[in-house]
Amino acid sequence: MPGRPADTSAAAPKLKWGYGIGALLLGLGIWQATVWLTDAPHYILPSPWRVAQAALFSHALIWENTLVTGTEVLLGLLIGTVFGVISAVLLASSRQIQQLILPILVFTQAVPVFALAPMLTLWFGYGMASKIVMTVLIIYFPVTSAFHDGLTQVNRGYLDLGQTMGATKAQIMWRIRIPYALPTLGTGLRLAAVYAPIGAVIGEWVGASNGLGYLMLLANGRAKIDLMFASLIALAILTLLLHKVIGVLADRLSRYSNIG
Amino acid sequence: MRTPPSITLKGSHAIDGARLFGPLSLCLPAGKWTCLLGPSGVGKTTLLRLILGLTTGGEFDGVIVANDGFPLSGRVSYMAQSDLLLPWLTVFENVILGARLRNSRPNMDRANTLLQRVGLTEHQTKKPAALSGGMRQRAALARTLMEDRPIVLLDEPFSALDAGMRADMQELAYETLNGKTVMLVTHDPAEASRLAHQIILLSADAAMPWPVPATPPIRGIYDPATLTCQADLLTHLRQLPN
Repeated sequence: MPGRPADTSAAAPKLKWGYGIGALLLGLGIWQATVWLTDAPHYILPSPWRVAQAALFSHALIWENTLVTGTEVLLGLLIGTVFGVISAVLLASSRQIQQLILPILVFTQAVPVFALAPMLTLWFGYGMASKIVMTVLIIYFPVTSAFHDGLTQVNRGYLDLGQTMGATKAQIMWRIRIPYALPTLGTGLRLAAVYAPIGAVIGEWVGASNGLGYLMLLANGRAKIDLMFASLIALAILTLLLHKVIGVLADRLSRYSNIG
Repeated sequence: MRTPPSITLKGSHAIDGARLFGPLSLCLPAGKWTCLLGPSGVGKTTLLRLILGLTTGGEFDGVIVANDGFPLSGRVSYMAQSDLLLPWLTVFENVILGARLRNSRPNMDRANTLLQRVGLTEHQTKKPAALSGGMRQRAALARTLMEDRPIVLLDEPFSALDAGMRADMQELAYETLNGKTVMLVTHDPAEASRLAHQIILLSADAAMPWPVPATPPIRGIYDPATLTCQADLLTHLRQLPN
């Protein structure tokens, strides 16, 4: 049946949206049912409707703080990715550098990054900088590690070919190893997109005067649990959007390399 | 084109102190095809990598020299069993890979001529994934020819192809690499019997020459002397301990 594949592909996105909306309604249903069944007061567990009202009432406040967190996350992602990519290339280009730096990197991973948050606030202040540094620290390792794996797992034959063609190590790195490793960089970026908002919010919890993490703490302290939930949902939407955008970018990297 | 050199290899190779082959002596005559056969694991690919100047994971004790006295570095090109086409480049870009890697300006006319010669002009804008196995090997051959080196080392480049395609590729490779000093590592007695000016059987102790038919390569597939050589070679190889 020649028409069949086209029909399936046309139906698939609709079906996906259908399931997505279904899952949302199911989640809201469970939430509302829990509120009814437990009879919890609104300052412990607000209903979805109450949260929606809070979101509408405080939309300007939430939007303003989402922008702050979003900026921290994006800048953290960008800087962390640049550092991660440079580190991975350096590590992969020299065995000596690798042997010197890799143990330090592994050791830094043994230190819980969250425990550093108060120090970062002390060093970089209450503004965006400490949150960006926190985000950078959180995503740096996954990006470096994933890209480094890709750079060192290049098919040996390609490297031999490059060498017999008289290419230098740097030329082989630029023309063969980096393009070959782009899909694994994509994998690292996907992970980073999930971790980055965590870094920014933890930074805000420790000390900030704006951002979604700050707003959540503020709302919590004033028993405005509905506003806290609304901020949490804004954070979730921000993370999902980021994940989606980075996912598209990672797919492009994968498609460019055309491996597999 | 300058006359390609002959190459002499004398020495032995060991991995972690355990001897792989040698001491032995091997000569690749100038402008001729040498086919290297032997059981798996005897060190055929290691020998090829030694001439290419690539790492082998072991130690070679000996000399590899060209008879014109110039170093081999930069004068040897290589084609492997896997086509090693970069999947993100088009066929054309793969053919000019050497120049791309070295950041030098590729000779576009030569690339076009070579693509035409291997019959891939119509496919030059395609990515390797869109090509058949035979087409990919033809692209790899064009890339090897593009380097225009006097010495060409081939490591079972046709072994993954079907029989018909393999025969076609043997003819194309022989025609296009004519006049270069070629060493072909192969497991296939038929391939060696068709292509070789010289057949070498590699064992741990020696590089033993094997008689080739009196007719010059490339020999016809129905040529009785070729068929006899192929059968004798196969019989001998089957008798070797694995």
